[in-house]
Amino acid sequence: MLVKPLKQEEVLASAPPAPGPRLAAAAPAHERDLRLDLFRGIALWLIFLDHIPSNVVSWITIRNYGFSDATEIFVFISGYTAAFVYGRAMRERGLIVAGARVLKRAWQVYVAHIFLFVIYMAEISYVSSSFENPLFAEEMGIFDFLRQPDVTLVQALLLKFKPANMDVLPLYIVLLAGFAPFLWLVLRWPTVALAGSAAVYILTWTFAINLPSYPSGTWFFNPLAWQLLFAFGAWCALGGARKLGGLFNSNVVLAIAISYLVFSFAIVMTWYFPRYASYVPRWLSEFMYPIDKTNLDVLRFAHFLALALITVRFVPRDWPYLKSFLLRPAILCGQHSLEIFCLGVFLAFAAHFVIEQVSARLAAQVAVSLLGVAIMVAAASVMAWYKRIEGQCPGRRPTDADLAGGEA
Amino acid sequence: MKTILIAFGLVLVAACVAKAQPNTACAVAQHLATADFRLPHVAAAIAAKRLNISVIGSASSSPSLAATSGANKGYPARLESLLGQKLPGVVVTVTTHAKARETAANMETQFIRVLAADKPALVIWQTGTVEALRRSDVDDFRSVLEDGIGVLHHGNSDVILMNMQYSPRTELVTDPTQYADAMRIVAMQQEIPLFDRLAIMRHWGELGTFDFNEVTKTIDTAAQVHDCIARLLAHQIVEGANLPNSVGNAIR
Repeated sequence: MLVKPLKQEEVLASAPPAPGPRLAAAAPAHERDLRLDLFRGIALWLIFLDHIPSNVVSWITIRNYGFSDATEIFVFISGYTAAFVYGRAMRERGLIVAGARVLKRAWQVYVAHIFLFVIYMAEISYVSSSFENPLFAEEMGIFDFLRQPDVTLVQALLLKFKPANMDVLPLYIVLLAGFAPFLWLVLRWPTVALAGSAAVYILTWTFAINLPSYPSGTWFFNPLAWQLLFAFGAWCALGGARKLGGLFNSNVVLAIAISYLVFSFAIVMTWYFPRYASYVPRWLSEFMYPIDKTNLDVLRFAHFLALALITVRFVPRDWPYLKSFLLRPAILCGQHSLEIFCLGVFLAFAAHFVIEQVSARLAAQVAVSLLGVAIMVAAASVMAWYKRIEGQCPGRRPTDADLAGGEA
Repeated sequence: MKTILIAFGLVLVAACVAKAQPNTACAVAQHLATADFRLPHVAAAIAAKRLNISVIGSASSSPSLAATSGANKGYPARLESLLGQKLPGVVVTVTTHAKARETAANMETQFIRVLAADKPALVIWQTGTVEALRRSDVDDFRSVLEDGIGVLHHGNSDVILMNMQYSPRTELVTDPTQYADAMRIVAMQQEIPLFDRLAIMRHWGELGTFDFNEVTKTIDTAAQVHDCIARLLAHQIVEGANLPNSVGNAIR
């Protein structure tokens, strides 16, 4: 059984993510849901700010006020849009064609990741060779991996060697690589598909399964655990949100969500003010800790759900501010997520470099943060402009799903 | 006349500020070095006029500082002399057990021996650096911390956990946050103070108190940083000893 086309008022958010005329023509009833773009754009900014090490501006990001952070938003929306784009392809062209498109997309992300890795290696080689200070005698040992470029590069190509803050794209690559079979299943038996995803998550926790990393340890974002959020996003996009419609409108659920956010905020505050930690009952702290980011802790997942629920409730699809110029920058960034994400990783390297070589002071951190976001917005604007003039010229549109997939 | 007086006053103030520089420079991070939990064994040792402290850690920059001719400029030696000044009449001894690239698990195996040899009222456990550099398993690290603190408490010693240095360049390769978070949570759960060296040094970097990106072969900055760490640590220890019983009185 195929999923019926979604009705606008029935879903959490359901527009095709690409403004390309072809998609628009294929789905005339749908107007693009700008909320997806808005929140993905904001998530991209927050990830950028969090990725500049020791950046004071990252205090504004949501990870400091609750259990979950921008990664959850990014992964969920990515799952949602991937399902939307490739779900359509799968219905129209079947498993093989849609699967090939998904894999092609995974390959693009892989190439982007390796490109960023090369930039990273250039920076790190420069930094390590130009620095000396007895204060950091021990810490400098970390650059030893540069002495074995053969091993380091091969491990990077295998996605086993991932420097700090280069963990999200490998996660995304693995999620996309395994996405086609899930999508096939979710189009037929959505509940079974979601249950299967949850089962993988539970097995991952039960048997502590994760992919290996180099030189030691495991993946920082365990794909086997994080797939749950990606799959949940896909499930919501393909009709799941409609099934949950009652929950979204329930005041009881809203009250629970708000209470949970307040609770999470209070707990996070005890991390910064340990003196108040004694007000947290021992049984509760033993139950909660550790809150595991690697394996997408249930507490984090629940925190994301609460945030999403409240957002959907108070930011309706036709929220007038979505068209306002104030939110336009974030929406533009969200509409070109892969490019802007990669640019953000690069800008985080660059910002770190400036902070190191020029000034580490507060003013410098604020300046590079603001400048970075401005560059992301400018780049997204240029891409939107280019896409628009390309679209104006009939017959010149890309012949494959890149543009559509470009949003997934 | 009035102008001259004001000018004179300003010069005087400026002179005082300049003279107080080393202290005030460190003190900008004082709020990050508060004793959140009581140190009962330290309080008892101060009352008994004899305070033994053991510092156990991976070597970090201490050996190069200790090796210089003349005074030992690492933070443990500075801590000993500062605590001696702060606690007149109390004999303060700080013993260091540091080896290069030492993991928390390796350190833990020495605890029994250190407890027997030093009879410390306080162990400052400086760790996390090697784990962060090697990206070791965080869960393993956490349980080593819990076990180690248990051993030290059982040996009638208070514990202060000290996390890794702020090292801006290494943050390009590996993010210490999850190891620092693990230490924070364990300290909170075990109700012991955390000396948040990472946050303190980061704060100095932000304010320009120290330039951690300075390229140098000399140990001048390192010695100043260690002196500042010792000052804040001494403050935290004395505050922890003086906290009333009602604050963080873990049942031990």
